[in-house]
Amino acid sequence: MRIFFTGVGGQGTLLATRLVGEAALEEGLPVVVSEIHGMAQRGGVVESAVAVGNLSSPTIADGEADILLAFEPLEALRALPKCHGRTVVVANTVPIVPFTVAVGQSTYPSMELIRSSLEAKVARVIWVDAVQTARRSGSERGANMVMVGVLAGTGKIPVSGKSWRKAMERVLPGKVLEANWKAFQSGFDLGAPGSE
Amino acid sequence: MDELLVPASNRKHLLLGNEAVVRGAMEGNVRFVAAYPGTPSSEIIDRFSQLAEEAGVYVEYSVNEKVSMETACAAALSGVRSLCSMKHVGLNVAADAFMTLAYVGVRAGMVMVVADDPSLHSSQNEQDNRAYAKMAGVPMLEPSTPEEAREMTLSGLDLSEAYRIPCMLRTTTRVNHSRGPVRFGELPREKPTASFTKDPFNLVVVPMVGRKLRLALMEKEKMLREEAEKSPFNFVTGQGENGIITSGVSWLYVQDALRDLGLEGKVKVLKLGFTHPMPRKLVGNFLRGVGKVLVVEELEPFLEEAVKGIAQEEEIPVKIVGKGEQWIPRAFELDSVKVKRAVGRCFQVPYDPPTIFSAPELPARPPTLCPGCPHRATYFSVRKVFGDEAVYPTDIGCYTLGVLPPLRMADFLVCMGSSVSTAGGFSRVLDRPVVAFIGDSTFFHGGIPGLINAVSHDHRFLLVILDNGTTAMTGHQPHPGVEWTRRGRIEPAVRIEDVVRGCGVKKVALVNPLQMKKTQEVLDDLRRQMKDPGVSVLIAKSPCPLFERRMTGKKQKIVFKVQGDCDRCKRCLRELGCPAFVWEASAAGEECIRINEALCNGCAFCAQMCPSIKPEKIEG
Repeated sequence: MRIFFTGVGGQGTLLATRLVGEAALEEGLPVVVSEIHGMAQRGGVVESAVAVGNLSSPTIADGEADILLAFEPLEALRALPKCHGRTVVVANTVPIVPFTVAVGQSTYPSMELIRSSLEAKVARVIWVDAVQTARRSGSERGANMVMVGVLAGTGKIPVSGKSWRKAMERVLPGKVLEANWKAFQSGFDLGAPGSE
Repeated sequence: MDELLVPASNRKHLLLGNEAVVRGAMEGNVRFVAAYPGTPSSEIIDRFSQLAEEAGVYVEYSVNEKVSMETACAAALSGVRSLCSMKHVGLNVAADAFMTLAYVGVRAGMVMVVADDPSLHSSQNEQDNRAYAKMAGVPMLEPSTPEEAREMTLSGLDLSEAYRIPCMLRTTTRVNHSRGPVRFGELPREKPTASFTKDPFNLVVVPMVGRKLRLALMEKEKMLREEAEKSPFNFVTGQGENGIITSGVSWLYVQDALRDLGLEGKVKVLKLGFTHPMPRKLVGNFLRGVGKVLVVEELEPFLEEAVKGIAQEEEIPVKIVGKGEQWIPRAFELDSVKVKRAVGRCFQVPYDPPTIFSAPELPARPPTLCPGCPHRATYFSVRKVFGDEAVYPTDIGCYTLGVLPPLRMADFLVCMGSSVSTAGGFSRVLDRPVVAFIGDSTFFHGGIPGLINAVSHDHRFLLVILDNGTTAMTGHQPHPGVEWTRRGRIEPAVRIEDVVRGCGVKKVALVNPLQMKKTQEVLDDLRRQMKDPGVSVLIAKSPCPLFERRMTGKKQKIVFKVQGDCDRCKRCLRELGCPAFVWEASAAGEECIRINEALCNGCAFCAQMCPSIKPEKIEG
């Protein structure tokens, strides 16, 4: 199972990536995670990957992502070349307008274009308003945990609820743990099969 | 307790390759660490710095890589195990020390971590530093995973100590920045005591000593080759007529390729982890057992050329392929698809590469200088005064992002410190003003010799030192001029202004670039003075806002808003390029400019260039 993560600097994608890695490890599954550091704080695209199961490569080649977890809709579409026909996409619907669009150098694609381009190619797209879901569960800051929750809810990665919880305890300090767990759970319900 | 210091147990820890290096070093009783940060190596020194006190390790952020290597080797010569780490181009800076330290050697173990960056994720080139190990004659270990990074750091220290020669641990971005399960070994308790015995005829490399050490180094290389022959890091898996030789992260792509092509166990794979000196007997025996060999490695044909040499010398009739259009590309990182394609073609196994969906053309999301970044303000004012006519050599740091529109304030860059020296060259041959930019940390790292050179040769240019009080690009590491700390403002160890004056610069000015009018007046004055020969220096000093907030906990009090009288001249968008600005349609359908309050950092610079921008207090 190859999971490709994409988002924008500041969205907490690396923490989400690490959580998925820790959860797989907790479950006793072979796991390898790759991250790219450096530019993440400067408003650029942040990509990372988790490979769970009998896989060795830390990165994901074009056409080989089984799951795409996209924290921003434009970045979901940009990552389409990573997908194949059986890929499941979990995508946040809340745009973060790139600087080039903000200053009028280019235009942000319409949500219809983003939706139809993705849905035409991959097996399934789960659209999530991660910001609002997180807000309802307590704080917008939990949006990254909502996204991981949706991924967990799909049941695509064989990780038990207990292991998710233990992984979160390992990754997050005590004072923010419960808030994040709540956000994760609200995402989990959205990802569960039959919830759409 | 720091996670990297917990006792050995059955539990595995999901560590970054860089963290695994730190753990391995702790298990190997390293007590002295020195480094200059650089992606993808920075987390090594950062994690050491975090655990230094708890673990009883001396850790320093050195001024540059050469200094770090020299500092750390003195500890190892005195019986204290040491480590230095750097990005690949850092070894160019440290190469002078590196080449001769191989001759002189060490007493306690010393590991030099050198992190290559194939695909140039965060670098100016993708040089293959394995060539350095061969050139210097030092042993080299190449981990594939975080677990191997831990094991090899530990083994590298033992190897270094046994043969009294520093060991190079060569990583690539995908090892440094991958996380994988890592087993923890025991942490030693005994603290080494340092001592030094005078031995000038082995430690002071005058020619007669160097000649002797050169021969000794060649002897060491022979013994190290024997070590490589029996190293557990070099091993063979699988069976069959076909062979693959690989190392580092490429080994992981090979494993996935063989699995996906149904060749698992059916191809003989020689995985090399101890890659210099090359285990000639091991490679020779491997070659004798197969009919065709594919060498899978990133960047240069380092293994391939060695393997071909061995085959030729030993007269082994085997077909060896590696780099080439059809096989393994030389430029950029490999991935499992590239390797599957080459393996399929080489061993005539059918492989259908995946169909790649193409995304429509999408707006780019390049990294930009943050809202409120003082570098943007400096660039804006320098452009106001010097315009397009001036040539702008630049340097390495966040401020290199000034190359992008709308700022376009970078004309030349090769390496750390090159802004200053190239400005001297440009100014000698061109009849145009030359204004060079360098960051504070880069100035300490590599800018000072260039400045002294420029003063002594009367080069005519303006050097702008962008002093934001930290090494921002790599994650806010300290440097000698740091003033802002978590404990408040301190007297810097070294003042940039003192250094500049000490280098002999007579015309020195200091501004806060966020004060537009004052800055431009000073720049006007400096421009007038450039009629006369000589170097002038402007120190544009204002802290990195991300760093300042982290250090001081200072809360933002105001944001700026575009007022109704905005005439939509778009100068703010065209000339400033602050990412807080948005060009959008208003409710009435009219296009307008808005400042995104969530992004505005309250720096007030835009309000000084436009009367339609006014501050507003943040409520609550």
